[in-house]
Amino acid sequence: MSEIIRAFLLGGCICIIGQILIDFTKITPARIMVIFVVTGVVLGIFGLYQPLIDWGGAGATVPLLGFGNVLAKGVMKEVDETGLLGVFTGGVKAAAAGITAAITFGYIMAIISKPRIKR
Amino acid sequence: MAKRLGSQTIVLDKQPVILSGAGIVGKKEGDGPLARYFDDVVDDEYVGEKTFEAAESRILRDTYIKALEKSGKSAKDINIILSGDLLNQCTAASYAFRDVDIPYLGLFGACSTMSESLAIAAMLIDSGSVDYAVCAASSHFCSAERQFRYPLEFGSQRTPTAQWTVTGAGAVILGKEGQGPRITCITPGKIIDEGIKDANNMGAAMAPAAFDTIRSHLIDTGRNVDDFDMILTGDLGKFGSTMLRDLLKRNNIDLKDKHKDCGLLIFDIEKQGVDCGGSGCGCSAVVLSTYILNLFMQGTIKRLLFVATGALLSPTRIQQGETIPGIAHAVLIEA
Amino acid sequence: MLSIRQRGVEALKRQLSKHEYQKLVDEKAPGSHYVRNIIAAFITGGAICSVGQIIMMVLKNFGADKETTASATSIIMVFIGAFLTGINIYDEIGKFGGAGASVPITGFSNSIVSPAMEFKKEGHVMGVGAKMFLIAGPVLVYGIFASVVAGLFYFIWKQVM
Repeated sequence: MSEIIRAFLLGGCICIIGQILIDFTKITPARIMVIFVVTGVVLGIFGLYQPLIDWGGAGATVPLLGFGNVLAKGVMKEVDETGLLGVFTGGVKAAAAGITAAITFGYIMAIISKPRIKR
Repeated sequence: MAKRLGSQTIVLDKQPVILSGAGIVGKKEGDGPLARYFDDVVDDEYVGEKTFEAAESRILRDTYIKALEKSGKSAKDINIILSGDLLNQCTAASYAFRDVDIPYLGLFGACSTMSESLAIAAMLIDSGSVDYAVCAASSHFCSAERQFRYPLEFGSQRTPTAQWTVTGAGAVILGKEGQGPRITCITPGKIIDEGIKDANNMGAAMAPAAFDTIRSHLIDTGRNVDDFDMILTGDLGKFGSTMLRDLLKRNNIDLKDKHKDCGLLIFDIEKQGVDCGGSGCGCSAVVLSTYILNLFMQGTIKRLLFVATGALLSPTRIQQGETIPGIAHAVLIEA
Repeated sequence: MLSIRQRGVEALKRQLSKHEYQKLVDEKAPGSHYVRNIIAAFITGGAICSVGQIIMMVLKNFGADKETTASATSIIMVFIGAFLTGINIYDEIGKFGGAGASVPITGFSNSIVSPAMEFKKEGHVMGVGAKMFLIAGPVLVYGIFASVVAGLFYFIWKQVM
């Protein structure tokens, strides 16, 4: 149970940062997403993100910062294993599950449902 | 013949008559304060069509048919249709009228289209080149969202200065003779760009244009605010209206209680969650063609300055960092 | 007539410069409901991450290893985001939660599924296919590019050290 509470607290706090950026700087949601992923890569490459994951679990991995961290970790692992080639293969390899799932489910949903007006 | 007054204003001689008007809206608008004035409320945002764009054309065409019915005229009497909308290349209007077999002039004035079409039609009738004309405009929340903002199902928050594009169309039949309020005077507006970049704050972008046109009209005609029963702007919304009052006040023009805005009339902005109010070509078109014509019929108002406002932006130019030019055309309608 | 003209000329003197008008707009524009938005983002983002945590714990209970758990969790979260978008609910969550809905990976999923649904009418290739990454495309472009830059630095650092 304490793990869930920690995930809630950490995930919530990361989202607050995003909300503050949206409300105070007029940065659009699409840009926020880009900023979060790139920041995640930067934090990941310096090993600064792992402590957050150790403490907050999904609270750190589910936000897009975590996605950036996955890209960074993946590229480092591949560079360790295959050298220079890993620079090109590591990121996408590690993020493959998320990207492929998004394309697959995105396509299926586009086929079976249609947009409705906001009430 | 019409004659020019001052630098911008045209006084009409024959004074074309608004024979009838009709407005059809979507469900949200149908739940708003003006519900009982609309000719029809469509519950389904697709209106039985496959796409939102087709739905908008459908609403526009049905509105035209309704207005024609109410005028007692037939399609054969109509010499020209002047219409426009917000979609790229004005396709809502051109697809709405592709089967009606009447000469058509497509207009783009963004949300000011209704007053633009009234102004041009009135001049055409005044010149004797046209006997009866249709003036119409439409917008659709869903087709506008996908063109100007995000996909409908994208989970984003609206900013507090955002406005809600009205789903609906308004049409009036304008004629050389008959019963109804008359268009007596026109002040076409200049493009005014005061450097607003926020596409979610169109009220602020359009307010200087409305200010400029209203002021020019007052100067050209020598009238003051008290001479009107109502000064009706198109879709400045709550914030744009505040800015308009402020700008006019700086020029010692006090709107008092004469100013109304179609974007604030069509929705209950507190209850309906539309932030700063309604917008879109359909907004001013619907309110004028239904509620306002009703006020004229009942004799509640006798002289109205209709100033539909438009933000002449495109997503492309905004992404390129451009500012938003505004426009407003004034049409004086008298009982 | 002349007096009207004169008044006109007088009034045409600009009362506000562009810069002054923009300042006035910024001053007077209604602000966001900051406190409400931050609380809503915290609750929404926290709740979504809690769901992720529960999924992780369940997967672990089934004996999945660390890497499988991480991948499977993101696949399931992406599915949840896609599903809620497909049944026209995720936009409501986004309206309530703001960044709380767009920052988690479910929001990434929503940003892919929503244009895919929206542009189905323009066909499967130029509609669904081309527009699917309308919003999420930049996330992948800059995320992957950042990973390449990061990887390159790491590679060089390893050679040097």
